[in-house]
Amino acid sequence: MSIQLHNIAKHFGKTQALEPIDLDIQDGELVGLLGPSGSGKTTLLRIIAGLESADTAPTAGRILFGERDVTHVHVRDRRIGFVFQHYALFRHMSVFDNVAFGLTVMPRRERPSKGEIRARVLRLLEMVQLAHLADRLPAQLSGGQQQRVSLARALAVEPDVLLLDEPFGALDAKVRQELRRWLRRLHEELGFTSVFVTHDQEEALELSDRVVVMSNGRIEQIDTPEALYRTPKNRFVFEFLGEVNHLEGRVQNGVLRCGDAQLNVNLPDGDEELLLRPHEVRLASSFESGVHLPVTVTAISLVGAEVRVELEADWLAAPWLATVRHADFERLKIHRGQRLYAHPRQWHRFKDETARPRQAPAS
Amino acid sequence: MRRVGDAPAVRRLLITAAVLLSALFLLLPLIAIFAQAFSQGVAVFWANVSNVYTLHAIGLTLGIALLTIPVCLVFGVALAWLVTRFRFPGRRILQTLIDIPFAVSPVVAGLVYLLLYGRNGWVGSFLDGYDIQLMFAWPGILMVTIFVTCPFVARELIPLMQAQGTREEEAAVTLGASGFTTFRRVTLPNIKWALLYGVILTNARAVGEFGAVSVVSGAIRGQTNTLPLHLEQLYQDYNAVGAFSSAALLALIALLTLAAKAALQWRANRREAFS
Repeated sequence: MSIQLHNIAKHFGKTQALEPIDLDIQDGELVGLLGPSGSGKTTLLRIIAGLESADTAPTAGRILFGERDVTHVHVRDRRIGFVFQHYALFRHMSVFDNVAFGLTVMPRRERPSKGEIRARVLRLLEMVQLAHLADRLPAQLSGGQQQRVSLARALAVEPDVLLLDEPFGALDAKVRQELRRWLRRLHEELGFTSVFVTHDQEEALELSDRVVVMSNGRIEQIDTPEALYRTPKNRFVFEFLGEVNHLEGRVQNGVLRCGDAQLNVNLPDGDEELLLRPHEVRLASSFESGVHLPVTVTAISLVGAEVRVELEADWLAAPWLATVRHADFERLKIHRGQRLYAHPRQWHRFKDETARPRQAPAS
Repeated sequence: MRRVGDAPAVRRLLITAAVLLSALFLLLPLIAIFAQAFSQGVAVFWANVSNVYTLHAIGLTLGIALLTIPVCLVFGVALAWLVTRFRFPGRRILQTLIDIPFAVSPVVAGLVYLLLYGRNGWVGSFLDGYDIQLMFAWPGILMVTIFVTCPFVARELIPLMQAQGTREEEAAVTLGASGFTTFRRVTLPNIKWALLYGVILTNARAVGEFGAVSVVSGAIRGQTNTLPLHLEQLYQDYNAVGAFSSAALLALIALLTLAAKAALQWRANRREAFS
């Protein structure tokens, strides 16, 4: 079922949590709401669920599930599944009763028979691979297991849309990875429309068909993970989607200078700020003409597919991070305190965002 | 390495002090009550207890407690629900207001009720026109007892419900449960132990309340005399054995209440140990 939001805004008292937002989600799509805390992503999700109501003044927004206008429909009648960050399982009920809850509270006319409820719950528990724990209490389960129960519980009522609020936020890295893959598979199998909230860019990029990047109650960009990473619309999106190194300086006659660092750039004169990803920084033991960025190695982290090297220099406001292949790391014999030269493979620039009052040209 | 305050001498001193104080202030008086009550034999004790006025006082006291509990229960749950599940202006003030019955001396509460609802009071004089008498009758006793005991249930529930949060209830609603179903199947099971504990405290206080009740009851023997008032009257009449017989009854109710509370706590602990 598709989801359409028109002009949805939200104030808490005087503070604006969401600026008026429009969002279209296709039937069967898996969409991630990505943003730092306080960006309004959870509020937006809760508004879609009906757990929070959108502003009605000055203009009332509208929420549509398919053709159905659910703006004024109560949560319990919206036919949604909601998965909470901290699972929110009914602590006094067994795993089985938790999953069965949505079926047992149906009005008597629609409620399936006891036998059918049992069959459906067991089928769901098998799907989340927890059938053997049906009689346990939630507290006796691990975090990952609890979140799977919570998913089965939400899916039991066959919701039109599945909403997940930081579903893996409280789990450790390995379980998170496993559950992510598992959710993706489930989504492909069952084809439900799904919206999930996360502050983890990796999770959003890996899981979503499309990602909605939010900050300060605004949508910054809606795109596929690839488009988002390759062509970020603005500086916020670029910075939020990965680690960023900053190079600030003044351009004069096609040369950006900053202390004793200089870099040939094809830019007009004025103050500039260039942004580089860690993998866009190449390290070498010598400098070339047009690129003179001397740095000192201050920290090295060897864990992972690449070596992470922290760099400092007088001309840098904040340390840089460079990722180096293990082979290069050994070839350059990189060690702490070593003097090296940084070579940008490429750099990014968001002029509209970085525009600052230019100083009067020196006479 | 030794922990702070773990020197043998200190430990012995503290334990001795604790045991001594408990014995002097708690155990000894309790023994004395029963010793006095039975000082002239079981027959005399029984004669005092089965005295028509004593029986009436027991009936009135238990009746008042029985009426107070459901009122406090509903009030406490509603108030805790309101304070922990909704955000509204004045919420903090309301939370402070709940404590007024604890803060105010019960005698003062009784006097205020007398002023308001007595025959010459603001509300009382109006009701008098319809021949309704609240003060110096059982409704007055009930009113002040409710006033004195109404914070107990809410006080027990509020911290618990605050700690538990609203997530489980939200989950229930997203699954299609109605408000009442959510309360019955999700909220109530989560708060039932605190609720029972609140009821036990309410009961203990309702049975034992003296100050507020003594002001509004008029202490008419066989009519508006609760057990604590009856006890005091007997004592004033130099009927020590009679007074202590009633005291023994009150102490017995208190002990039963404490036993119930201990049993509940034991069960709750065991449940936690299980999960």
